[in-house]
Amino acid sequence: MCGIVGLFLKNPSMRPKLGKHLRTMLIEMTERGPDSAGIAVYHRPAAGKSSKLTLFNADPKFPWREVGGQLGQALDTEVDFEVKANHAVMTVGADDEIVRDWLRQNHPEIRVMGYGRLMEVYKDMGLPAEVADRYGLAGMEGTHAIGHTRMATESAVTTEHSHPFTAASDMCLVHNGSLSNHNNMRKWLKKRGHIFETDNDSEVAARYFAQRLSEGASLKEALEAGLADLDGFYTFTMGTRDGFAVLRDAFACKPAVLAETDDWVAMASEYRSIANLPGADKAKVWAPAPSVVYTWEVKAAA
Amino acid sequence: MITVDLAETSVRDLNQRLHKLPKDTNERAWRVVNPKGAHALVAGLDAPIEVTIDGHPGYYCAGMNKEATVIVNGHCGVGLAENMMSGEVRVKGNASDAAGATGRGGLLVVEGDAGLRCGISMKGIDIVVAGSVGHMSAFMAQTGSLVVCGDVGSSFGDSIYEARLYVQGKVESLGADCIEKKMTPHHLAKLEKLLKRAGIEADARRFRRYGSARRLYNFHVDNVDAY
Repeated sequence: MCGIVGLFLKNPSMRPKLGKHLRTMLIEMTERGPDSAGIAVYHRPAAGKSSKLTLFNADPKFPWREVGGQLGQALDTEVDFEVKANHAVMTVGADDEIVRDWLRQNHPEIRVMGYGRLMEVYKDMGLPAEVADRYGLAGMEGTHAIGHTRMATESAVTTEHSHPFTAASDMCLVHNGSLSNHNNMRKWLKKRGHIFETDNDSEVAARYFAQRLSEGASLKEALEAGLADLDGFYTFTMGTRDGFAVLRDAFACKPAVLAETDDWVAMASEYRSIANLPGADKAKVWAPAPSVVYTWEVKAAA
Repeated sequence: MITVDLAETSVRDLNQRLHKLPKDTNERAWRVVNPKGAHALVAGLDAPIEVTIDGHPGYYCAGMNKEATVIVNGHCGVGLAENMMSGEVRVKGNASDAAGATGRGGLLVVEGDAGLRCGISMKGIDIVVAGSVGHMSAFMAQTGSLVVCGDVGSSFGDSIYEARLYVQGKVESLGADCIEKKMTPHHLAKLEKLLKRAGIEADARRFRRYGSARRLYNFHVDNVDAY
């Protein structure tokens, strides 16, 4: 069992409260996933051509300042960073791919949780409320956010095995379920140059969708391709820079509820996560149908 | 009418209060507000009381209901009225998956749509859905009736025993051993009575009847190669 929540704000005036609402949603899913929790927030965009990376090292005294200095010198650019518990958000005046390459070569002890221009990803062991508060979720603004509470079945309870999984710039995926053909898909993806960080079946799904998106598929097309290629049980919620999507497998035995008002779209494993959002009692509420892709797009900022 | 606000009272306290009511209680009319998706709301009732829920309950609402009438002014989560024994459960909105699962008696009315696997393994309950139901509905249904005024998803009535299925709309596909059967005057009268009891306005003559072909009951010698 796991819990998934996602919130996509249609009304820009709600954006300052994105994190506050997602926190409430996430905590309601504690009973579905008390092992670990993770969040991806489409937060303030990095300025100009800068990129933003969320990095993790378990050591609370990790010398982030030194690493930032080395990185800035090596790439001849400015590096800003903000440390939150065992994570650090680094804003770098270079393409995220260059930064990730440099980190892999020079600091393999650092794990990249998320990267892109907007997205920040935090995941950690512990109850959802502890994880949310450790990283200051309640104070985060943004357009959309996704969260996951994990009760592990297929792989270990570690920070690395927690969701969301990132496999492309500003893209993340959370998954409730289990895939049965992840070994074959992993091989298929490795041949296409993907480097895997965990043995988690959900990472396979994240990389699969990233692969389809990189081939030019739209968000909807990428998920539809997954219906044919990914075998198993799943409710997926995926975020991209300007998109938000939900998909359930053909059997739909993993739960999901969608709700929509003029102001927001919310996805959760159960309605109780949605119940406390403003106007939830008047929202259109429905169960996403099996094998149907649901997508929403961020309209240009008003 | 006794009103219980779940913003102030826990589900456990509410359920225990209802469970303790004697059969001849005078506290017969209850109203529950602020359910906010809570699980097992008013499950295990065992007295002829009437409970109205304003809002959306979560999983297993009115499960194992006996004698009580439960009315939900909202949508229900998974496993609504699961294993109901008697009484009536009525939902003004939609119900999620496995509504009326394993129900042994009583009447379940969903005025909106019901999700996947509606009436799975039903054992005597009568279910009337004014809207549509999803796939694998009435899977392994044993006895009772499932009436669907709208459409039905794939594999309807798969591995069915003796339950009676009535559908007004389209059936995406029938499951193993489920076939269309002739609507006899006897069945028409039963359906009319059931629709009336459920308070759902529909013309019984527009429904089709489905049931078991009874080919899975016994070993068939043609299948010997499969073993």
